Amino acid sequence: MDGPLPGLVLTWQLDGLSLLFGLVVLSISVMTAVYAIGHARHHGGFPGSGLLYLLFILAMLAVVVAGDGFTFLLAWETMSLASFALVLTDHRRVAVRQAAWSYLVMTHTATAFILAAFLLLARTSGSLVFADWTVRAPALDPVVASVVFLLGLVGFGTKAGMIPLHVWLPRAHPVAPSHVSALMSGVMIKLGIYGLVRLSFEWLVPGPAWWGALILALGATSAVLGVLYALMEHDLKRLLAYHSVENIGIILMGLGAAVVARSLGAQVAMALALVAALFHVVNHATFKALLFMGAGTIDAAVGTRDLERCGGLLRRMPITGLCFLIGSAAISALPPLNGFASEWLTFQSLLTLGRVAIEPQTALLPLLAGGALALTGALAVACFVKAFGITFLALPRSPRAAAARETGRLELAAMGALAVACIALGLGAAPVASFIGQLVPLAAAPLAGPALGPISVGSGRLVVPGIALALLAIAVLVTLVPRLLGPVRSRIAETWACGITLQPIHEYTATAFAKPIRLMFRDIVRPVRDVGIVHRAGTRFVASVHYSSHIAPVFERYVYLAVKDRLVAAAHVVRRAQNGSLQLYLAYVFAAVLTALLLAR
Amino acid sequence: MNEMLASVGLSLLQLGFLLALAPGLDGLIKRMKAVLQGRRGPPLLQPYFDVVKLLRKDAVVSEQATAVFRWAPIVYAACFATAALLVPVLWSRAPLAGWGDAIALVGLFALARFALALAGLDTGSSFGGMGSSREVAVAALAEPALLLVLFAVAWRSGGTDLGGASAYLVSHAVAVVAPSQLLALAALVIVVIAETGRVPADNPDTHLELTMIHEGMLLEYSGRPLGILVWASHLKQIVLFSLLVALFFPFGVAAVPSGIPRAVGAFLLKLVVLAFVMSAVESSSAKLRILRLPELLGAASALAMLALIAEVVIR
Repeated sequence: MDGPLPGLVLTWQLDGLSLLFGLVVLSISVMTAVYAIGHARHHGGFPGSGLLYLLFILAMLAVVVAGDGFTFLLAWETMSLASFALVLTDHRRVAVRQAAWSYLVMTHTATAFILAAFLLLARTSGSLVFADWTVRAPALDPVVASVVFLLGLVGFGTKAGMIPLHVWLPRAHPVAPSHVSALMSGVMIKLGIYGLVRLSFEWLVPGPAWWGALILALGATSAVLGVLYALMEHDLKRLLAYHSVENIGIILMGLGAAVVARSLGAQVAMALALVAALFHVVNHATFKALLFMGAGTIDAAVGTRDLERCGGLLRRMPITGLCFLIGSAAISALPPLNGFASEWLTFQSLLTLGRVAIEPQTALLPLLAGGALALTGALAVACFVKAFGITFLALPRSPRAAAARETGRLELAAMGALAVACIALGLGAAPVASFIGQLVPLAAAPLAGPALGPISVGSGRLVVPGIALALLAIAVLVTLVPRLLGPVRSRIAETWACGITLQPIHEYTATAFAKPIRLMFRDIVRPVRDVGIVHRAGTRFVASVHYSSHIAPVFERYVYLAVKDRLVAAAHVVRRAQNGSLQLYLAYVFAAVLTALLLAR
Repeated sequence: MNEMLASVGLSLLQLGFLLALAPGLDGLIKRMKAVLQGRRGPPLLQPYFDVVKLLRKDAVVSEQATAVFRWAPIVYAACFATAALLVPVLWSRAPLAGWGDAIALVGLFALARFALALAGLDTGSSFGGMGSSREVAVAALAEPALLLVLFAVAWRSGGTDLGGASAYLVSHAVAVVAPSQLLALAALVIVVIAETGRVPADNPDTHLELTMIHEGMLLEYSGRPLGILVWASHLKQIVLFSLLVALFFPFGVAAVPSGIPRAVGAFLLKLVVLAFVMSAVESSSAKLRILRLPELLGAASALAMLALIAEVVIR
């Protein structure tokens, strides 16, 4: 270290990885800003301070171009505090303050872990500059490296929303203004991934296989549990927050597979998995920002985020509905959209990794993860059939929903642009994947990629535009060919509801929709059902029936509350030593000084 | 240019062949089932009459229906028609083999389900919602099992290309009786039963609210859109059967154009055998309660996983 206050000079670096994440931050930020301006015009005043919003974006940009630990932490903390303040926008509500508080606690715990990791790295390499860490990484003591890795995994994993450190996401995202949630969920949590990529591919190389296996296992768990919890939600923004947990899980699967592959010396598998993870980062940022904007639009139009009180919105807000539909299809990994392309790559990289692994037990882990990814994809389809179907289709379930109107042009432009991006990133999957491969030199990609060509990885081939073309051509045939049989007309009539006039109360609800899945996975999600029957006084006639169903928050109860209870108990023990007596405190000081002297002798 | 024309021709040939055969397969299964149950059953060609009649009829559309309801049959049919081009049926190379693989096939199934499940919710009828809800729940378990089967097959042949998997089996006849092969076959049979909506998973012949899954989503459809959906469902069935044949019994598939007539014969024979197996299963089992389905489909996933493990350990 040089200079009297080393590290206090801010240093920056710009490489391919910074550029990729910087592009994500910038493009999504511009879109959410356009959306926010439109939103402010319609709904009175900019929600939250514009300057704070700008500070948040700048801090995120600073994080990805920071060149040393000090600069990084400074930017990281600015980012966390700015987003904390933005979450607090609607601070008069108790729920908002509670959510913001838990976010603050989690993000600072995360920073503490990152700080510890950085200090260890700085101590062993004698420098705070990232480039020095990279240079000295191979000489790092394996035990120290593993400790740093675990500290970093907890720190960055918390920011990313990896299970079991995800608990702040479903609290903070719903209460923040929608353009802030879009940015936090679409972009900020990705910076946790950015940190993990830097950590495991630059600062700590080469790592043992179990690091990758751990990331892979945590990723698979996050993906499956994230989507299951999302299915149980009927608050639209909480549902989307849980989907972020799911998608972070998918990204982590790619990242974990890459780390395992590197430790096995399988360059091709590593590059493929890393590209899959980074491609999914880009894709998730695109469709998640789009979906959060959609949720904000619905919230503004209907005055609620509760799915059960929406309904029939597609007729009233057709463009928002179309954009939300495209986003839903993309996040459900349906061809030919972008989510499908990156999940396809993730599947292929897991299979490739399984093939190159020498030991059967090493091969089984990626294959199990592949099974988890398949389950996740199928559940995501179920979840977005529910989210889109209950919100936008059928009859409006509340007067506010019936009176909803389409939102303004700026919001529609922002959502439309992202919807187009979802399609473009899907059709252009091959060039985008090879671009990412070239941008991030670690992943010097073996992927084929002339414009709009195939993504070919040895074990499989996918031409997304080809699939899209085939679908389109056949759709035209299906529309035209039956006309040869002669013209038919269609008549408008009531929906058949067994002879009665259809009312909103007859419709399937979000809760009912998810019930089969809730029961199939009851051992995991632990639904709690509460039925109360009130009888009329003195009779057996039922006066009212009260039914409620909720999901027991397993992690909160068994992990966080358990830790909290232990801490409180420990505090009670420590409290006995603090009885307010001056003499006792002096005795402590005396004992401490004595011990110190004896130890330092 | 010639090559491209040839591949377009081949695509149209295979698609036309499967489209023409699809209702007949359903008729055959219905007839076999009837005979096994001591009934006479409808004529073999009944599904053709039904489809043609529906395609000529006017439709009644719900006043609640949006564009989703109108477009869903088209998307549904397009997905299975595209899927039909990804599976090698008569020719050892599927028409769209260069464009997509096993994972793309599963993606197309998911897109079709997404469209139809949304259409089920669109009209506000509770039957539609019930059908959609059950469909996505059953698929949530069937789809992972299907992908695991495909992984096991991909593992064996070295790629997720379906044509490659078929070709591998033809050239390595010993692989046919490998333990992993048999486990994967059992898993795929269960998945095919669930995905085609057959007993014990669903009952294709009933409109009774309590038992139906697939028919629940179609309840609001009528006329030409219903005709398209019914035909597309027949197509889905024959695509799944073809997949089973391509992955486990691909013998007799043509490698050169002159082999196609023989391939047609072999394919038809295999379909008849499969249809008999399906009708026997349907006649000898009772429909499961929907909440017992996870056990059946869980068994399929477990078998597929075992197939993978066997493949990995034995290789």
